Amino acid sequence: MQAFAALVDALVYTRSRDAKIRLIADYLRATPDPDRGWALAALAGTLNIATVKASAIRAMAEERFDPLLFRMSRDYVGDTAETVALMWPDQQTAKAPPSVAEIIDLLNATSRARAPSVLAELMDRLDADGRYALLKLATGGMRVGISARLAKTAFAQGFGLSVDDVEEVWHALRPPYAELFAWGEGRAERPNLADSAFFRPFMLAHPLDDGVVDLSEFAAEWKWDGIRIQIAATGTETRLFSRGGDEVTAAFPEIAATFTGIGVVDGELLVRGDVQGGEAASFNALQQRLGRKTVTAAMQAEYPVFVRLYDILFDGAEDMRGLGWTQRRDRLERFAAGLDPARFDLSALIEARDFDHLAELRGAAREAAIEGVMLKRRDAPYLAGRKVGLWYKWKREPLVADCVMMYAQRGSGKRSSYYSDYTFGCWGEDGTLLPVGKAYSGFSDTELKWLDRFVRTNTVARFGPVREVEKTLVLEVAFDAVHESKRHKSGIAMRFPRISRLRRDKPAEEADKVATLKAMIG
Amino acid sequence: MWIDPSQAVARALVTHGHADHARSGHGTVWATPETLAIMALRYGTEMGTPVPYGDGFEANGVKISFHPAGHVLGSAQILLEHAGERVIVTGDYKRRHDPTCAAFEPVACDVLITEATFGLPVFNHPPIEDEIRKLLDTRNAHPDGCVVVGAYALGKAQRVIAELRRAGYDAPVFIHGAMQKMCDLYEAHGVSLGELIPATGLAKGELRGGIVVAPPSALNDRWARRLPEPVTAMASGWMRVRQRARQRNVELPLVISDHADWNELTGTLLELRPSETWITHGRTDALGRWCELHQLKARALDLVGREDEDEG
Ligand SMILES: [Zn+2]
Ligand SMILES: [Zn+2]
Repeated sequence: MQAFAALVDALVYTRSRDAKIRLIADYLRATPDPDRGWALAALAGTLNIATVKASAIRAMAEERFDPLLFRMSRDYVGDTAETVALMWPDQQTAKAPPSVAEIIDLLNATSRARAPSVLAELMDRLDADGRYALLKLATGGMRVGISARLAKTAFAQGFGLSVDDVEEVWHALRPPYAELFAWGEGRAERPNLADSAFFRPFMLAHPLDDGVVDLSEFAAEWKWDGIRIQIAATGTETRLFSRGGDEVTAAFPEIAATFTGIGVVDGELLVRGDVQGGEAASFNALQQRLGRKTVTAAMQAEYPVFVRLYDILFDGAEDMRGLGWTQRRDRLERFAAGLDPARFDLSALIEARDFDHLAELRGAAREAAIEGVMLKRRDAPYLAGRKVGLWYKWKREPLVADCVMMYAQRGSGKRSSYYSDYTFGCWGEDGTLLPVGKAYSGFSDTELKWLDRFVRTNTVARFGPVREVEKTLVLEVAFDAVHESKRHKSGIAMRFPRISRLRRDKPAEEADKVATLKAMIG
Repeated sequence: MWIDPSQAVARALVTHGHADHARSGHGTVWATPETLAIMALRYGTEMGTPVPYGDGFEANGVKISFHPAGHVLGSAQILLEHAGERVIVTGDYKRRHDPTCAAFEPVACDVLITEATFGLPVFNHPPIEDEIRKLLDTRNAHPDGCVVVGAYALGKAQRVIAELRRAGYDAPVFIHGAMQKMCDLYEAHGVSLGELIPATGLAKGELRGGIVVAPPSALNDRWARRLPEPVTAMASGWMRVRQRARQRNVELPLVISDHADWNELTGTLLELRPSETWITHGRTDALGRWCELHQLKARALDLVGREDEDEG
């Protein structure tokens, strides 16, 4: 444990990325199994000790220290674990300091109720730095400025491997990674991955910005606004992974249960609805399900989810990733034909004559679930991460409308002295203004001061914290989409509205009509 | 008569030479001979009446004597005796062994006037041998660079060098120009520091593999650019807290303090058991709370102008 504690401390004080990599690599080479494997897991964020929560540390502190002295110390140090580690008295015990593996075994074997006392016994066997490392290890929050990627890079460098090769097998292995170290030290072959469903790193896109591509070299498809997902199935098990490689199978059991193929595919999780992507509300519902261990039948019924497939990484056991996009697309289409169409469909290609035509189609796209256009090089293999020149994302221009400010409310935090939240409306059929949205961003500090003064000098009524203003100021509002809403009197709601310009030049009568916005519903 | 007054006064008793205790411009100063020498070095020819440890004199019917505080060379606690009542003013003190100054002497008293610079239970200074070991290990791991140690020019710097010698390090130690005279003064008072070489003006090659001691303010200064691939170390009790060390861009924190840590502060109170304790500066709130929990009568004075960040 002392070696690990020294590593943690050194990482705290080391700023250079290369120096951090060297420190970790040296530690991993010098430390025996399984300690180094647990340490690697702790650094990469894959160590999870279910019996210890942050509350266990507070409980330990409350039991031993005067609450006032503890609070003064905690305020000074700024970190609970460090405070406890420093306040804890050094014990003269005959017992040797525990190894990392012993700590993990003891904590995994205990219950949540017994964890604080097990932790306390371990604390008694360590010095201040060891206690700090122990508490960080036990709660899983190392906070030493190490990303999972950096930890893997350090492992790869330490054993002369390529980090992409390590990344490839990483997700199939579990701490303490004995097979990984055996492979690294040349004592064993690369770990055998057959028969396990695990995560492969996603291929990601660069923004296109102002670039132009040749559509004979690039295929275009819609970029869907759901949750990017990977499905890996071996025939005996099917697992779902999110962008970062976290397993989310339990959150979407209906997808795992209905996926009948064998292989690995890349797609977007969406909610079935009027616009084949659902509204903002359904997107939120998806997000909320992500972190769940179980979902109710009611949740599954309310927002029926499906996967729109983008790509295929494995067809059966055959690795497709070295093939060009065109060939993979061909295999994906055949693969998808065998799946349940209610749960799985293909992301359609956009048929455009040329780039200008594509721009036109992109501008006309109104579906809320469309975030923009993806451009994929037809001959590009499927590569981990963001590689230059292969995939581009071309986000949709926001929609805009001219609206009239109706109500204003004070902001929060450092804006609490300003009227910075605005409700605005458009003209209804009968010539009255109907609220269509609310925005509190998009303007500069100077504009905010001007808006605040406008609100204060044009107030016509007050309702608690809300001021109603003279309906004279036109705001140009940008938003990503419009959808129907029963909650608003206007019958519509905007997605991500923000103020794009103050139109002090424009008379309020010339602002847009609700009908114009309704025509933008995708 | 004042003790460690923060402004110039006619008659001052001075516990030790640190700037927050020993101001310049007093009329008459009573202090240990070492402290007077330090004040003379810092403020020019400042005269005073030397009072060696253990000696005393009388003023206005009060018997005044000086006793070792273990803080820096010449540092003293001041004992005031009047009508059978004994008041001790610790000034800054520590209880650990320090080869550069006389060890703290516990003095029985009725009223204890104590410091509390590190008066929080998180401050438990580790054994200095461990910290010196870390310094030497880092130096050995960087044969092509150097380790630059930020250390307060009066006391800390000399203690770090003396402890390096005690650990068997006999290579020359490079020092910042601002430390030369104080090191000479220590040598003149019988504290041997081994071979010291001014770092200023040396080529990078000559500093490789070396240990450089400099005032903390020089660490992030242009001065440090002349050093070959320096690892920045800092010797201070504040280095115990990671965030404090990181704020100062320290890569090798050395928890070496010339002040009493929490256990020494509270241990001294338990040992002396004064009927009353006044806490002058530092974490007066926390030490006061501890006294309350141990049913010791205590009062926080919160004197202004004490506590120098780098002196810890
Ligand atoms: Zn001092
Ligand atoms: Zn002081």
